[in-house]
Amino acid sequence: MRKVKVYITLKEGVLDPQGKAVKNSLNTLDYANVNEVRVGKYMEVMMEDAENLEAQVEEMCEKLLANPVIEDYSYQIEEVIA
Amino acid sequence: MKFAVVVFPGSNCDRDMYHAVKDSLNEEVDLVWYQDADLSEYDVILLPGGFSYGDYLRSGAIASTSNIVQQIKEAAAQKKPVLGVCNGFQVLLESGLLPGAMLPNRDLKFMCHHEELRVENAETMFSSEYQKGGLIHLPIAHGEGNYYCDDATYQQLKDNEQIVFTYTNNPNGSTGDIAGIVNETGNVLGMMPHPERAVESLLGNADGLRLFQSILMYWRNNHVIHA
Repeated sequence: MRKVKVYITLKEGVLDPQGKAVKNSLNTLDYANVNEVRVGKYMEVMMEDAENLEAQVEEMCEKLLANPVIEDYSYQIEEVIA
Repeated sequence: MKFAVVVFPGSNCDRDMYHAVKDSLNEEVDLVWYQDADLSEYDVILLPGGFSYGDYLRSGAIASTSNIVQQIKEAAAQKKPVLGVCNGFQVLLESGLLPGAMLPNRDLKFMCHHEELRVENAETMFSSEYQKGGLIHLPIAHGEGNYYCDDATYQQLKDNEQIVFTYTNNPNGSTGDIAGIVNETGNVLGMMPHPERAVESLLGNADGLRLFQSILMYWRNNHVIHA
């Protein structure tokens, strides 16, 4: 069994209104040194190991988990010991 | 002429779309459930607004993986008119039938009001009953209608005259004030504003009806006259 940790982030240059709102809130809480916040997504995908696991994960990110028009993705594959 | 309104779990403008075609345009229309639809018997495919699959992951993302999308792609390849409104537009973007993607509105608010639109291209099968440069009013109702595409794609949209409607007072931050675009072949239109909610002067606005009339004119010119 593998645990795949997938991180989705907005591409550089794509405006992040949500991140901006969070940044403003942090500033309001007196964290004056916060300059920018970008909000992304984190997913854990549990899957059976396969020979082409990495290619599969790559494909899943391209096809569904991320939208390559606006998002970048990265992932880590970890072994799960039952 | 037969219209199909594809209903996904979470669609909520399907009845409005049905009503616009049936009662205002007076054409045949069916509501078809996404799982058991056979789109081959229809002339026009309509993807309604709403929140398919609760907007999980990204608006339209889950719906774009359903089997019906293959049928929608086939219909599009056969040059049948395909219209996606609001969530329908998002589904078309996520399916790759139209370029670009949707982001949350610039001001993070769900917006529900009328917007003024400029008709940028009045020569598509969806807009021939409008005047180029004409101003119309249509309701918008969305939280994620901030259309995004990169500079190269935007230039392409402009060069190919794929931009059909723009906002005169951009409410959501869309690239190039874009409210609606067609694909390169001009038979797939995605737009955030709701033409189906503006089909009766009795209710204050019939600007949207001309969009449906344009489709009808197109179909008649191509089928009836040559019959």
